[in-house]
Amino acid sequence: MTSNKMFNILVPLISVFIGLFAGAIIMLIFGYNPIDGYVALWQGAFGDLYFIGETVRQVTPLLLTGLAVAFAFRAGLFNIGAEGQVIVGWLAAVWIGISMDAPIYIHLPIAIIAAALAGALWGFIPGLLKASLGVHEVIVTIMLNYVALYSSNAIVRSVLSDNEDKTENVAASASLASEWLQGLTYFSRIHYGILIALLIAILMWFIIERTTIGYELKSVGFNQHASKYAGMSVKRNIILAMVISGAFAGLAGSMEGLGTFQHITVQNGFTNLGFDGIAVALLGANTAIGVVLAAFLFGALKVGALNMPTEAGVPTELVDIIIALIIFSIASSYIIRLLILRFKKEGK
Amino acid sequence: MGFVELLQSIIPPALFFSAPLIFTALGGVFSERSGVVNIGLEGLMVMGAFVGIVFNLTFADVFGVWTPWISIIIATIISAIFSIIHAVASVSFRANQVVSGVAINFLALGLGVFLTKQWFGKGQTDMVSQPFYTTDIPILANIPIIGPILFQNIYVSSYLAIILAFVAWFILYKTPFGLRLRAVGEHPMAADTNGINVSKMRYIAVIVSGAMGGLGGSVFALTIALNFSHATIVGQGFMALAAVIFGKWHPLGAMGAALFFGFAQSLSVIGGGIPLLADVPQVFLLIAPYVLTILALAGFIGRAEAPRANGEPYIKGSR
Repeated sequence: MTSNKMFNILVPLISVFIGLFAGAIIMLIFGYNPIDGYVALWQGAFGDLYFIGETVRQVTPLLLTGLAVAFAFRAGLFNIGAEGQVIVGWLAAVWIGISMDAPIYIHLPIAIIAAALAGALWGFIPGLLKASLGVHEVIVTIMLNYVALYSSNAIVRSVLSDNEDKTENVAASASLASEWLQGLTYFSRIHYGILIALLIAILMWFIIERTTIGYELKSVGFNQHASKYAGMSVKRNIILAMVISGAFAGLAGSMEGLGTFQHITVQNGFTNLGFDGIAVALLGANTAIGVVLAAFLFGALKVGALNMPTEAGVPTELVDIIIALIIFSIASSYIIRLLILRFKKEGK
Repeated sequence: MGFVELLQSIIPPALFFSAPLIFTALGGVFSERSGVVNIGLEGLMVMGAFVGIVFNLTFADVFGVWTPWISIIIATIISAIFSIIHAVASVSFRANQVVSGVAINFLALGLGVFLTKQWFGKGQTDMVSQPFYTTDIPILANIPIIGPILFQNIYVSSYLAIILAFVAWFILYKTPFGLRLRAVGEHPMAADTNGINVSKMRYIAVIVSGAMGGLGGSVFALTIALNFSHATIVGQGFMALAAVIFGKWHPLGAMGAALFFGFAQSLSVIGGGIPLLADVPQVFLLIAPYVLTILALAGFIGRAEAPRANGEPYIKGSR
């Protein structure tokens, strides 16, 4: 019998294959050698320790935004606002990082927690509006993305700096940077954040699979009316799911602020971490372990893509096309399931 | 500054910023009225902007002053074809429509910038030489007071957008086709029972949204941005989506919401010149449209009645 579990593994695998295959065809159409292209991609992601370090650095925030979107999805909510939550988290972390003076074991945790709280607040607003007034979370989170973007730019310009485009670097006591890890990887920008991200993945697994809260969240996600009838507070669970989701995305912002960049700049546009998180969550089938694997795949694709123009002449955007096609394939999993079933029948 | 001069400095730019949003939002209304959520409006606008700019740059010598008009027609057609991907995924393959829309956004931007690099050797195109220009509308421009406010130095595309909103309203609410389209979005099974082809209606609606999104994107590109890069369309599609919901899924409502957004955007651009707003930090003017949308959704318009089958794939025989 073809179990659901098998589909949950097969569908993402087939989707990734479809994406990469289509990428190869596009390269052929435009006169590139797909093998050269993918070798350049692989080299750019794992070619030497520097690239591996950069890949891990890219994976870190993607993992967290992926978990954020996946967590909300489990409760039946679509958090398209991870983008804005990343920005406010990034801002809050840097703000604490440059304005406080304390030993590292106090300063760093406070900066990280501030980021989570800022993200949580940015998730609370759509959660509250959805729970109490039935306003669709998709539209509110989209709007809040812009509010986050413009407000944070204004704060960077006029509060955290003297009308400049970036803040000073965070204090060493609030930094996630690791000389040890950097030395190991020919001075890539890898930092300790990956440990936090993996820890959060375990935490999410634990909350969803092992606690009453997680059970209620999933239950609300499956069927609100049944959950209500069973005595659960649907409203409380919706708000809680968005708050936790926002906190995860806020943490992703702190990875950028305290780890990769050490400061925050005026952003001309979105970081895209939140939107990529949607893709990561979908590919990871909204489970913690799936998101970890998907984040590594997307992180490797994104970092490896940077090597493609120089080595194979292929524009980096090819990877965005591949990612889009992977999402399409996963969204259309119904048709993939149908094909697998038909294929199995004929095989017998 | 007198009141008339004030209006004269606010209304033309408001109309100018609204037009792309109105086009795109009308497309969104069609799609969502048929029961297909279209979060991919942003991607459809990107596609429209890309095609509009590339066509304009390529054929400016051939078509001369007609180039922008032919550009937006081509952009409309190509985007309509592009939107078929969303239709196939969300109607035939029963994909989660929000997810498919997200993929449309990724795909349009990836393809647009990929092809731009392919054809122009860099991440952004040159400026077009044949954009839309402002004109005075003959006769009407000479009406005292109203003429200078509404009919001088405006883009014809703004009026085209407003006229199209009324056309869309007529089609959706006064024709059998519109009735069928709405029926499919409200209760697909009942519609199916009455012999309406649910899939066909939804395909048509999504393709219309693609065409309108492409029109909106190309008008934006040829009046405001004037070139194409990854940063040409940044959120206008999402604004249009907000206008759809703000306008309660009604063509005229969506137009009103889009006009409001255009007005808010023009305020943030020209705010410095208006005495009352000169002292307000620009950030408040920038975030105003978004905050107001949230407030409006939370308070003023109450529970908006979305098409009842919006977002649900229709599976024959299920209930």
